[in-house]
Amino acid sequence: MDAVLLQLLNGLDKGGAYALIALGLTLIFGTLGVVNFAHGALFMLGAFCAVTTHKLLTISKSVQDTSITLFDVHKDVPYLQIWWGDIGARIIDYAVPLSVLLAIPMMLLVGVALERGLIRHFYRRTHADQILVTFGLAIVLQEVVKAYFGANPLPTPAPEIVSGSANIGAWIGLGDALSYPWWRLVYFLFSVAVIGMVLAFLRFTTFGMVVRAGMRDRETVGLFGIDIERRFTIVFGIAVVVAGLAGAMYTPILPPDYHMGMEFLVLSFVVVVVGGMGSVGGAVLAGFLLGILQSFASMNEIKDLLPGIDQIIIYLVAIVILLVRPRGLMGRAGVMET
Amino acid sequence: MTHTVKRDRMLVGGFALAVLTMPVWMTPLGAGYPDLLQRFAIYGIFAIGFNILFGLTGYLSFGHAVFLGVGSYAAVWSFKLLSMNVLPAVLCAMGVSGLFALAIGYISLRRSGIYFSILTLAFAQMAYNLAYSVLTPITNGETGLKIERVDPRLIDTWLSGPSTLIPSTNFFGMPMSGYSGFFFCAVLLIAAFYVALRIARSPFGAMLRAIKSNQNRLNYAGVHTRPYALTAFVISGIFAGLAGGLLAATDPLAGAERMQWTASGEVVLMTILGGVGTQLGPFVGAVIIKYAENIFSAFNPQTLHGIFAFLPDPIEDVVVTVTGLFVGNGWQLTLGTLFMLLVIFLPGGVIEGARRLGVLIGRKTAALRGRRSQPLGSALPASGAASE
Repeated sequence: MDAVLLQLLNGLDKGGAYALIALGLTLIFGTLGVVNFAHGALFMLGAFCAVTTHKLLTISKSVQDTSITLFDVHKDVPYLQIWWGDIGARIIDYAVPLSVLLAIPMMLLVGVALERGLIRHFYRRTHADQILVTFGLAIVLQEVVKAYFGANPLPTPAPEIVSGSANIGAWIGLGDALSYPWWRLVYFLFSVAVIGMVLAFLRFTTFGMVVRAGMRDRETVGLFGIDIERRFTIVFGIAVVVAGLAGAMYTPILPPDYHMGMEFLVLSFVVVVVGGMGSVGGAVLAGFLLGILQSFASMNEIKDLLPGIDQIIIYLVAIVILLVRPRGLMGRAGVMET
Repeated sequence: MTHTVKRDRMLVGGFALAVLTMPVWMTPLGAGYPDLLQRFAIYGIFAIGFNILFGLTGYLSFGHAVFLGVGSYAAVWSFKLLSMNVLPAVLCAMGVSGLFALAIGYISLRRSGIYFSILTLAFAQMAYNLAYSVLTPITNGETGLKIERVDPRLIDTWLSGPSTLIPSTNFFGMPMSGYSGFFFCAVLLIAAFYVALRIARSPFGAMLRAIKSNQNRLNYAGVHTRPYALTAFVISGIFAGLAGGLLAATDPLAGAERMQWTASGEVVLMTILGGVGTQLGPFVGAVIIKYAENIFSAFNPQTLHGIFAFLPDPIEDVVVTVTGLFVGNGWQLTLGTLFMLLVIFLPGGVIEGARRLGVLIGRKTAALRGRRSQPLGSALPASGAASE
């Protein structure tokens, strides 16, 4: 029982990341009709927003280490710590959550620029062309990051206060065997919150209503005199921000490197397909479902039974779903079913 | 009809001539060494095969490198178990990758468009992951599959007794390294080109193009399109397997990284760079990519400073820093940028670009000629236009 529950928990954070990326992908597809192969790279860009924040906050000055008096030793002390002492140190400790503040405007800017500069010209082109151009874009983004930050993973620690493990077993009366890293819990809650915000935005605001109407029938919305393209640009921006946030907060779980995005992209595409192209709820559901499934497949008992299943489970599920139910779990009829 | 046949014959002849003389005319370009020429030929086969699927039917496979990798593994196993002769190895590679293509294609072709791309990508990722993990006894995991002295090599041992050192690959005694290896690949490339051309000109090829232009209409007309698409998929998989087998033949080593999605992306790029659906395009694209990869990744800041030495120093530094991003390890950045520019501005590829250029030049020269001839026959153009 404990083991099962633990795997369930383990799947949640990864599922959260899948759901966030897939949410953006499916939004872009549903609104603009564009297949965005660069979404994984945008996730990676978000992760590097966290790295940048950490770097910016720890810009340091070399000062003499007074604790060693025998000979001259210099150590780097961040300016923040010099100016504000403990508060500065606390701020540095919270670099990853704070990076959200950098990631939102940055990613919004990137998203709107991309949509206006590049994606817009591909609305009427074939899906193959869209895939190819965004694939090229992904490579470019990746390589620029590599040129700037190097090829090695850059560990970015979570704040001290959530670096340990939460004793979830004790909370629900199952004994001490069930402990779970705090940050993963934070990530799960964060992803749920972001998903909730996006869904609420689409559901309860006028803007969201227009966007949903545009997803259904873009021409009619246009006939009402609404500039639907402009709203779709903003939706693209939101999707990019969501991917960026997913990446920024994921850094303590997986030290970011320049090609992390591609693994997530392939998986997120699978998630979108399983959930149903263009279906927002389906993407979220499938994201968590596949994340949990993957973590179950990596249990030792199951791996002994079916070796290698943890590597391929998601793809297998996708293949079965595509063949049996081509519109995905929650896809609407008539959207890309062939 | 005879006109096309004649033109095709000339095309194949010209292609064969150009390929076989590559060691001569590639030398001034700095690519006249067998290692690189072999890669031109091998990736040419890969791209030509990919074009049979993508160019004719329009199905964009994003997992084509699987067949390249599988072909390599099959060829190396043939070296290990049967003989160091490349003939069984290449046949093995083609057969095994054909079987893989049949299985993957049978499932993937149930869907089209982006779903097909994702299905093939999923299969490729699965194969890649499995090759790295569970299938290690077959693929030798991260180390890659190599030939060893203790391998059985049944046919070789039966013919000439056990060997004491690691033998090298050969084609009935002809070594596979150096120029003889290149000519072996080149002959296969020409054969592949010829086969692809015949397929494109055949009624079967016409059917594949019909699938690309409007599959629904074919279905309504009562044509079951899937067997045709599957046949194209398998043929293209066999071509990829042949390329993989040749990769192993020229350098008997197979690793899972050949199956990575980047390799699949590369062959897509080669094909569209040259020109999707054209005869020469894929090979041209493969040569350009491999040549550029070779040239660009060899650059380093010193050579760049050498090139831009004529500029004033501050400008030189800036130029070198900027271009430095694109060369050496940053070669991938060039690749990505090229990819984007190409899809945005020249979806038809180099062949299409050359054609447009030809038309443009033709129009220019015609205009020039027209202007020159005007004073001579001043009143004629109007009546000429009317009579046309």
